[in-house]
Amino acid sequence: MDITLDFGGGAEVLFNNIKKRELKLDDGTKWTLRSFLQYMKDNLLTDRLELFMQGESVRPGILVLVNDTDWELLGELDYEIQPKDTISFISTLHGG
Amino acid sequence: MMKFKITEVVVTFLSRLYCNTSLIMVVLCKANCGNKGVLKRPKTSDVLCKECFFKAFELEIHETITRNKLFKSGQRVAIAASGGKDSTVLAHVMKVLNERYSYNLKLILLSIDEGITGYRDDSLETVKQNRDDYQMELKILSYEELYGWTMDRIVEQIGRSNNCTFCGVFRRQALDRGAKMLEVDCVATGHNADDIAETVLMNILRGDIARLRRCTDICTSGGEDSIPRVKPLKYTYEKEIVMYAHFKKLVYFSTECIFAPNAYRGHARAFLKDLEKVRPSVIMDIIHSGEQMRFKDTIKKQIRGICQTCGFVSSCQPCKACILLEGLNRGLPKLGIGKKSKGDRMKAQQDLEKLHRVKNDF
Repeated sequence: MDITLDFGGGAEVLFNNIKKRELKLDDGTKWTLRSFLQYMKDNLLTDRLELFMQGESVRPGILVLVNDTDWELLGELDYEIQPKDTISFISTLHGG
Repeated sequence: MMKFKITEVVVTFLSRLYCNTSLIMVVLCKANCGNKGVLKRPKTSDVLCKECFFKAFELEIHETITRNKLFKSGQRVAIAASGGKDSTVLAHVMKVLNERYSYNLKLILLSIDEGITGYRDDSLETVKQNRDDYQMELKILSYEELYGWTMDRIVEQIGRSNNCTFCGVFRRQALDRGAKMLEVDCVATGHNADDIAETVLMNILRGDIARLRRCTDICTSGGEDSIPRVKPLKYTYEKEIVMYAHFKKLVYFSTECIFAPNAYRGHARAFLKDLEKVRPSVIMDIIHSGEQMRFKDTIKKQIRGICQTCGFVSSCQPCKACILLEGLNRGLPKLGIGKKSKGDRMKAQQDLEKLHRVKNDF
């Protein structure tokens, strides 16, 4: 399944400074944001883990949106990723 | 009221239904506009759609401005603009509200160039973008022209331990100087609710009662000779500022300053963000606590006066900026760091050495 990944507000710094990328996820498995975060941690993260994650979730202060909707409305970690989803990570922690 | 509740039940029911049939969950906007909700407001837990969020966000800032009488019709207002998210959103919202509610303000962007290569020069490009987008006059003032020193050169002298002291003290005064040059009636800064809650915590943790007393003030003015500062975003959550900028596609600069680890604030910030996760209202609660605190009369109140050397607001003589600058120019960059008595000793020592050198020449 194809998805788009989007970084903003400085979160891109943690991912090799790339703001937008297209990804192909293995169709055989069910993807939740929980498992996808693990995938990101293992495959995409280029900076220190603690700057992105806390426990199994994102570090507080990093906003997560799916198709421009706050993940708090979608079940957060339990949200099941759908084909063509755009997942955005926006840091509130940078600059001011 | 009843009608409202019924709709809420229906919405909850619908969203559960959607959930159970493993379709994409839809939560509707609480304002009953029929649109899909896109975020949960941290302050109220209300689910709102994009348009209703914009309205609520802007209206709240308008109410903060009018309730606290931050501006008067006909005033010239400088917006302290760094190119970051807060000042970019502030400039945008101020322009919107000024037109929508006929504040009749003349808005001007005021930026400070600290002279940090690879950081401020990039963020100033964002401010120039703001200038063009919002059709506002922009004034950029540099540390170099004001003090004869860039932050890059100051860091060469002082190293990476006390550099933020210089930058903070100089920026505060630079804004005052810029405001005076632009002949504005006040300066609006982008401090948001999270910043203020963080500062309350930090002042408590440091026992800095003088700052604790004034850090929640929405308007700070240092007497008749100084230009007041106001914080229209005082009650606006950082999360909402970032969401607003994201949905409105506002371009802002988000690189961390290359010199600033600011470790202590970082701890307060991380702590606050952890608390916010379990209790989103904590930010407003801390600000409220700060606002309601009363202090014993026996605690010395700082009296703001005017520095006799440079003529700008200060609570000590000479002001901190002048002491730091003297230190830099004497080649004693640590002069203004730490106790005044230590600084005086350093100066005396240097004067003595100079005296000896002159004597030896004869």
